[in-house]
Amino acid sequence: MSEQPQLLYQNRYVEGIAGIDKWIEHGGYDAFRKALTMTPEAIIDEIKVSGLRGRGGAGFPTHIKWSAVPKNFDQPHYLVINADEGEPGTAKDRDLMNGIPHLLVEGCLATMVAIRASKCYIYIRGEYVQPWQSVQRAINEAYAKGFCGKNVLGSGLDLDIYTHLGAGSYECGEESALMSSLMGERGMPRLKAPSAPLPMISGVWQKPTVVNNVETVSTVVPILNRGGAEYTKIGYGSPRSRGTKLFSISGHVNKPGVYEIVLGTPFSEVLEIAGGVRTGHTLKTYIPGGSSMGFAPPTPLDYPFDYEGIPASTQTLGLGSGGLIVMDETTSIVPIVKRLVDFYHHESCGKCTPCREGLNWLSKIYQRIEDGAGREQDIDLIWDICDNIQGKSFCALGEGAIWPVMTSLRLFREEYLSYIRTGKDLAMA
Amino acid sequence: MLKFDATVKARLDELISRYPNKKAALLPALWVAQEVYGGWLPEAAMQEVADHLEVSRAEVEGVATFYTMYNKEPVGRHHIEICHNVSCMMFGADQLIEHCGHALGIAKGETTPDGVFTLNGAECLGACCNAPAVQIGGTYYEDVTKARMDQIIESLKGDSPSDVIVPPQSKMPEQGRF
Repeated sequence: MSEQPQLLYQNRYVEGIAGIDKWIEHGGYDAFRKALTMTPEAIIDEIKVSGLRGRGGAGFPTHIKWSAVPKNFDQPHYLVINADEGEPGTAKDRDLMNGIPHLLVEGCLATMVAIRASKCYIYIRGEYVQPWQSVQRAINEAYAKGFCGKNVLGSGLDLDIYTHLGAGSYECGEESALMSSLMGERGMPRLKAPSAPLPMISGVWQKPTVVNNVETVSTVVPILNRGGAEYTKIGYGSPRSRGTKLFSISGHVNKPGVYEIVLGTPFSEVLEIAGGVRTGHTLKTYIPGGSSMGFAPPTPLDYPFDYEGIPASTQTLGLGSGGLIVMDETTSIVPIVKRLVDFYHHESCGKCTPCREGLNWLSKIYQRIEDGAGREQDIDLIWDICDNIQGKSFCALGEGAIWPVMTSLRLFREEYLSYIRTGKDLAMA
Repeated sequence: MLKFDATVKARLDELISRYPNKKAALLPALWVAQEVYGGWLPEAAMQEVADHLEVSRAEVEGVATFYTMYNKEPVGRHHIEICHNVSCMMFGADQLIEHCGHALGIAKGETTPDGVFTLNGAECLGACCNAPAVQIGGTYYEDVTKARMDQIIESLKGDSPSDVIVPPQSKMPEQGRF
């Protein structure tokens, strides 16, 4: 088995680590103190060297986002943390915020120095009351110790962090919808670059804004502690996928849980880390990184699990948010896909017609199939609707919705046909 | 009857102070209003929020109806929401919802006549590794079996409010869930 250094989760299971004293005892806030001695440019350089990429799903290089922020102080800059974790199968940010909230707070503070922001809003999904309280407690402790507030540690910087609770909308995990929601509006996506300015130029309240995932800013802490060059030595696969990432592994594995895994670890080993496919059963399919990534076939399994490593032959969109769902041979695919279609239909914000109407139709067709009234031509109809959603809406929700549908059709066409013909499915037969 | 007294207004003002304008405090203000109005948002609640934040009622309603966690109808004292997304579905979420409905004598989406329990499904609660997950008020229950569900319902039948927050656990992933 490949070695798995723990950078984020090093002290995750230390008793009392959610409290600031224990956190400082284990080297907490060292990275932030270091950041205060550096210029914003030097911090961004360190992140550039480290090759850190967004951990929320898109894998966009973090330093590019940061360096696009104007380098002046004549207007406020904002840091917004996306803690609206809602992608089915993804549970990593919740675990991090519950267990080691100071890692997030410290990461926010270091990032604020780098992008010259004086205010940070952590947008936490409405269901996450416990993580919200955990993070708020950590912020309060940081204020009490002088890490937040006016003239932090004598640096002359004012750094304020606020939590902002969402209210149950998957769509708000999308960057522009999240910003709308933070400004007190319906969480609907907006026009994006190049038709509209980047958030780094004009984001929340038309001010320069960086939106980063919880895990991304948390990863800044070990990078600053070790140095960017040292960080790039971690990783088993592509030179563009360095460091570690949190994976929430759920479904039919013996030890489901949230694991910090080195990028590029062979996928078969990733399964082993989670205890392997449940004893006595065989792998049927899996979703590599949250439901929007689609279903992958049970072979090959020996590829490096990172941003580049997932073979094109799997047809999935890739690593995504790290929400790995494993399914064994007892899993019936059609009801699972129906559940996902209903989910995306429920969560579609309604702005773009292809997504709003298309998912409504898909939901009805899947209901018909489940009710035993499906027709064989429904498969072509489903495909056609997917084709009409793909690439035709403002944000990636519609895209994310059809990917599990299309990949399941490619992989399990026979199962669909059998379900339609007999009203039941192969797995259960 | 208006329910925003000086204490509530002070809370709202503190929330407003976090943002560059009043409107941005709309989501947190609606949370406060929902709490003050006993778990849901009648028209009066939205009106009071609109007045205090100086935005139109239409705008407040537009936002309140967009987000699922703002209840537009009264809900029971304990709002049981069972995650029915993929990871939980694979571990019997649908059967759990059915079981819970039987135990309470209501269907999904309904409230018991005594107003104590409301039962609903929920979209991915982000507790996929400990499926199935149930949320009641602000509290998560994980790895919930039918027997455990019965115990939870029994324990909530008393007067204890369901949003007693259990401190987050530091739990290593465990072997042997099957």
